[in-house]
Amino acid sequence: MHGYALAKHIKQVSDNLLEVEEGSLYPALQRLLREGLLESEAGVSAKGRPTRVYRVTAAGLRRLEQEVSSFEKMFAGITRVLAVSQI
Amino acid sequence: MPKFAQFFARRRRYNDLSVSIQEHIAERADELVAEGMPRPKAEQAARREFGNVALVEQRSREAWQWPAVESILHDLKLVFRRLRKSPGFAVTVLLTLGLGIGANTAVFSVVNSVLLKPLPYPDSDRLVAVWLNTSGAVGPGSFSNGLPLSSSMYFTFSDHNRTFQSIGVWTERNANITGIAQPEEVHTAAISGGVLESLAVPAVAGRWFSQADQDPHGAKTVMLSYGYWQRRFGGDRSVIGRTIQVDAESRVIVGVMPRGFQMVDQSFDILVPLAFDREHQILAGFYLNGIARLRPGVSIAQADADVARLIPVWMDSWSNGPGSNPHYYDIWRIAPALRSLKQQVIGSIGQVLWVVMATLALVMLIACTNVANLFLVRAEARQQELSIRAALGAGRARIARELLFESFVLGLLGGILALGVAYEGLGLLVAIGPADLPRLSEISLDARSLLFTLLVSVFCGLFLGAIPTMKYVGTRVRTLFSGTTRTTSTSRERQRTRSVLVVAQVAMALVLLISALLMIRTFAALRNVEPGFTDPAHVETVRIAIPEALVPDPTAVAHIQNNIADKLAAIPGVSAVGFAADVPMDGIDSGWDGVFVEGKSYEGGEEPPMRLYNFVAPGYFHAIGTHLVAGRDFTWSDLYNLQQKVMVSENFARESWGSVAAAVGKHVREFSNRPWWEVIGVVQDVRQHGVDEKAPVIIYWPAMRIDPYVHTLKIDGPNFSTFVIRTDRAGTAGLVNELQRVVWSVNPSLPLASVGTMQEIYSKSLARTSFTLAMLAIAGSMALTLGLLGIYGVISYTVSQRTREIGIRLALGAQKGELKWMFVRSALVLTATGVVVGVCAAAMLMQLMKSLLFGISPLDPVTYAVVPLVLVASAILASYLPARRAASIDPVGALRAE
Repeated sequence: MHGYALAKHIKQVSDNLLEVEEGSLYPALQRLLREGLLESEAGVSAKGRPTRVYRVTAAGLRRLEQEVSSFEKMFAGITRVLAVSQI
Repeated sequence: MPKFAQFFARRRRYNDLSVSIQEHIAERADELVAEGMPRPKAEQAARREFGNVALVEQRSREAWQWPAVESILHDLKLVFRRLRKSPGFAVTVLLTLGLGIGANTAVFSVVNSVLLKPLPYPDSDRLVAVWLNTSGAVGPGSFSNGLPLSSSMYFTFSDHNRTFQSIGVWTERNANITGIAQPEEVHTAAISGGVLESLAVPAVAGRWFSQADQDPHGAKTVMLSYGYWQRRFGGDRSVIGRTIQVDAESRVIVGVMPRGFQMVDQSFDILVPLAFDREHQILAGFYLNGIARLRPGVSIAQADADVARLIPVWMDSWSNGPGSNPHYYDIWRIAPALRSLKQQVIGSIGQVLWVVMATLALVMLIACTNVANLFLVRAEARQQELSIRAALGAGRARIARELLFESFVLGLLGGILALGVAYEGLGLLVAIGPADLPRLSEISLDARSLLFTLLVSVFCGLFLGAIPTMKYVGTRVRTLFSGTTRTTSTSRERQRTRSVLVVAQVAMALVLLISALLMIRTFAALRNVEPGFTDPAHVETVRIAIPEALVPDPTAVAHIQNNIADKLAAIPGVSAVGFAADVPMDGIDSGWDGVFVEGKSYEGGEEPPMRLYNFVAPGYFHAIGTHLVAGRDFTWSDLYNLQQKVMVSENFARESWGSVAAAVGKHVREFSNRPWWEVIGVVQDVRQHGVDEKAPVIIYWPAMRIDPYVHTLKIDGPNFSTFVIRTDRAGTAGLVNELQRVVWSVNPSLPLASVGTMQEIYSKSLARTSFTLAMLAIAGSMALTLGLLGIYGVISYTVSQRTREIGIRLALGAQKGELKWMFVRSALVLTATGVVVGVCAAAMLMQLMKSLLFGISPLDPVTYAVVPLVLVASAILASYLPARRAASIDPVGALRAE
């Protein structure tokens, strides 16, 4: 997926709830590339423009699973704390 | 990914990034167009939506960057850009630093190679020179080089010591090699067992001398130096086992020592075994250098005690022949004073080197001070810029870093330049350095020299940067703004740093000038010393050795020498010829012994003092130019008839008989039971050991005489003689060819050695002083120039800064003369302060140079008066020029400016 498509995808999938600023998106992509969690290659966009396509690597997938599970734990924790405070 | 690989792969990354972002904006614009927006507006909107493209790119790139390095590279780029803009400043600083650091590196390399590096032997810290001192009144204590060992001492020390792993003795010799090419005199080291074992450097081919080689009745062997092996045998390994003729004696080559191996401080061509005959050794015969390797963990003090214990053992074990008293040497009070071999090799040269090093370091400091001044001015010019940056929120650390970084980079660049300078300088230094500089072959630019250069460069860089940095970082923003244009005169605070620098410069220049002048006066004093010979430039010297093996009969030797002398005298242009066992200042002594003087009583076993010996031929004094003060010279008939006649030096005559005239006809003898010898002539004193040493008391024996030690009749002719030839053609190649032809016409197997002029020998004896003098003179004049430039610069800068003030003063009616005086006075105050500091420093530092001075006190009043006067006069001149400019300022123009 290329940069613009990615930004649009996030926006659509989250029903406009999440919007990634371009100013954060590109530095973040570069950091992921540096860590080896993404890889990039030359490609064309849906409209046929030359661009760079980003793909999650195996290491990236593993990292994603870790992050998701730790996020879920944290989220569960938060939910519980909030539930207690509501009583 | 490793950081470095990232560093280089990232151009592609940056490119990818731009492509992505471009596509992003284009895609968004397309969408907007699809929504019905006109294209130009859509593109603008897409761009606006995206935000600052450059910033996003910059921030994204940072993921790939290494912030510390990046910012340094950035600073570096800035530094180079700024330096390109002021090439004059950059070139001045780089040249100053390059020359300064380079000169210091060169001298440091010499100091390092000569003084600091260990000797090139394994575990060289355990090597010692076996040195004996004699403090007894009539002992040879007057000879400054200590007491050499005798062969019997070697046997005693070697057999009974408890502290040495090995001990040996060696002596320098010259030997004639015949049968290879032309007859050749080569430098020879004759060594006993234990010498190679102590030095512990293995042979590069063949083997060391064995125990059997040291047997006087065994096979005759020889070892070669690497250089001689290459020169004469082309490095052929099959040379081992070959026979060569050494002093007309066949010797088998058993080994070759490796490249760079020296006999302590002597280079040599061949090594021969001393091969002492144990059966025939006596107590006397002190001519050997002792060298030993201490057992591990043994200190020099312990070894001293061990040798002290062995001195009486030595006297009990040997004798000087029947009827002699073996404990005679008690009165010499022989005491061991072992020293590390390194100390022995270095000798007193260390002081000269440290003085030169200190001198150059001072010049460097003075030059740096000037450069620091430049930095100050430059930083002042950037004041506005720095103030604005500070006002905009630049941290002090950031500004400091930048100022320091610039000087740091300049320092490093200067260091790189310095390496080139040092490399060239080192060659020059070795070429003009004193000829007796030990370890000459070891001098090189090594890792330690490089480290030194790096350290000095960094230090200089930081020092230069630190002065403006400390001043400006500490200042508040407001003062920075106010200090530049609006006030009429410079602030005191700003002037103070510069003044301190000038005072320091003047003080350092003064120290250098004083030391230079002291050396000049030393040199003049040495030149004024009557050396005991005349017009040395017109005296050619050549050593001709006639080995005993070649001509065993001493009378025949004398005839050959006489024949050579006559034929040399017949060469056109030669006015006089003579020969002697040694000529003044050639570093050879023919020995010494006690001489009994007629008319003195030696009651109660009192011993006569030691006298230096020389053996001379008729005509020698005339040829070398030593004046006959009373009596007459030897004649050839005195010599051939073995007449018991001697000549003495003037101080010998005065000491023994009160006056020169009284000496002629008096008698001397070497032993109380021997016949008397008649004194036939007295010659002027000769500075045998160099002009800076007192003329020794010398007794001149005829070139051929009966050896007093051997009871059978044996004639003691000096088989090694130096011929002196007085001619206007001295030093020319043509003369040397003729000398060779003449000598070979008498005997074709005689080599000519040490061919040169007396002037060369004389200059060599002054080499250390003239070298120190040259270095100090160069340094002193550089220091003076730099110091004056400093004063000129400061006054001239002050004048330019105070133009407005001067204008006001002039407008209010100040006299021009007074104005000039005002500036000259401020320069004088700085100079005077510098002079006071400098004189105090010099008075202390010159004590360290004391041993380099001759005939002059380190507090020589003339020097201490002249140098400050010269300095003050120059300072007045240097400040007068800008002061005159100040006085010629047009008040109207000055007030209107700015």
